[in-house]
Amino acid sequence: MAEPFIIADNLSYTYTDGDGGETAALKNVSFTVGRGEYVAVLGHNGSGKSTLAKLLNVILVPTSGSLTVAGKPIFDGMSDDEVFDVRRKVGMVFQNPDNQLVATIVEEDVAFGPENLGIPRDEIRLRVDDALRTVGMYEHRDSQPHRLSGGQKQRVAIAGVIAMMPECIVFDESTAMLDPRGRAEVMRTIRRLSDDFGMTILHITHYMDEAVMADRVMVINDGELYADGTPKEVFRDVGALRRVGLDVPQGRELMDALEQNGVSFADSPIDNAGCAALILERYRSRSK
Amino acid sequence: MLKDITLGQYFPGKSLLHRADPRGKLLFAIFYIVVLFFAKSAASFAFALLYTAVLIGISGLPGKTVLRAVRPLLFVILFTAVINIFWTTGETPLVEWKFIHIYAEGLIFALFMAVRIVLLVVGMSVILSYTTTPIALTDGIEALLKPLAKIGVPVHDFAMMMTIAMRFIPTLVEETGKIMDAQKARGADFESGGLIKKARALVPVLVPLFVSAFKRADDLAVAMECRCYRGGEGRTKLKVLKFGTPDVLCALLAAIFLAGILLCNIFLPYITI
Repeated sequence: MAEPFIIADNLSYTYTDGDGGETAALKNVSFTVGRGEYVAVLGHNGSGKSTLAKLLNVILVPTSGSLTVAGKPIFDGMSDDEVFDVRRKVGMVFQNPDNQLVATIVEEDVAFGPENLGIPRDEIRLRVDDALRTVGMYEHRDSQPHRLSGGQKQRVAIAGVIAMMPECIVFDESTAMLDPRGRAEVMRTIRRLSDDFGMTILHITHYMDEAVMADRVMVINDGELYADGTPKEVFRDVGALRRVGLDVPQGRELMDALEQNGVSFADSPIDNAGCAALILERYRSRSK
Repeated sequence: MLKDITLGQYFPGKSLLHRADPRGKLLFAIFYIVVLFFAKSAASFAFALLYTAVLIGISGLPGKTVLRAVRPLLFVILFTAVINIFWTTGETPLVEWKFIHIYAEGLIFALFMAVRIVLLVVGMSVILSYTTTPIALTDGIEALLKPLAKIGVPVHDFAMMMTIAMRFIPTLVEETGKIMDAQKARGADFESGGLIKKARALVPVLVPLFVSAFKRADDLAVAMECRCYRGGEGRTKLKVLKFGTPDVLCALLAAIFLAGILLCNIFLPYITI
């Protein structure tokens, strides 16, 4: 594996509510994410996957265990400069596209992050233009955010993070509020950031079809790491995923139903296109 | 439909006044108001009228649009005029009936005051609100108030708040529309009844709107922190305000205004107040 970027060792986080009640969101999770990896984090609502995202960016700090991001340990009582240092390396794209854009003009919003970093003006200009081209929003640089579609707004938010030139981007359910077209736009952008820029990516989602696109899938259930492996490995065991309230990709589900009725396949692809091809092949060979 | 509301009253354009630096325009607007109060004679008021008409011409705005800015103030203008007519005393009485005394001076004073208020509103609109985007205006105010930051006035924070408010106005307007539709679907009635009933009907709209606004504020604060925001210190800016040729021309315009008013006061001192 490449040089580790995120190291979690027995990481736990417990929320304390006003009455002193405690809810464990993450329980003794250990894993390592290498630099340049594209990891999807799956889990149903309340599984603790968003808590994980907040820990990576020091919005929360671990209640026990250790977490190291970009070689910096994350702990309670970090100085402001240490927090700043982690945040400039780990960018974050959130769920609601409306609630993360600050400025009234697209390019000014993209410039917000670099401005905070104190980068000289000429370089901000270059970074903003580059970032907007990367996400395909350059023509909209003078638009007002509220006139854009959800997918476009989310791409502007991604550009805002890219312009800060982080080493890693965490997508915290960034596709959950988008229509299918917006989701496809954002997914294409994420894939590009991984392929062309070698960015470390953590994509938190509950859509199986999106998780399939990653190089590695981690499934979190009730605060515990339930499965970790390539999409193929993780999605092979359809029953196990169902037990934790997750659906498998539709094509895989159909193949699984066929297999249970005595049809056997040579391979077990996970993406819908691969499944469709195999099922079609079986059907043709049978009807001959 | 709700999405199409314009922020502020900005009218896009490429005129000299549109291109000028917002800081310069703010100063120009203040200067314009002050000089307007120097006007004393009929000639200087005529000059101010002419000058303002020229400003409208330069701005390229349709005259009708500009005059619309005066409409909300019509009542104030009439009220001051009437007060001035009845309360000003002078040497040439026109009407003397019981307790009512109207003097020619009063009429003239009332007229001049009305002209002054109209010019004030029109001038401000043309120089500032119609030709400056809200965001440029915020930047301009921030830049001009920057010296106050030295004595502890949170100038940057204030400007940031303005920007965020402007960013979220359309979002919240859209949301209000959605909530109203949702309540209408449940049988809410926003149209009938008197003022009090109508105001009451808005409560079920305002409550969810407030809840959602707080949620948004919370989300935005986290998002801003994640983007390394930590106040105005050490921040650079993508767009830096720069004075250029349009600003020199505006300064020249301002100087002409002052010179014109003063010269009219001195050399054409007829019908003065």
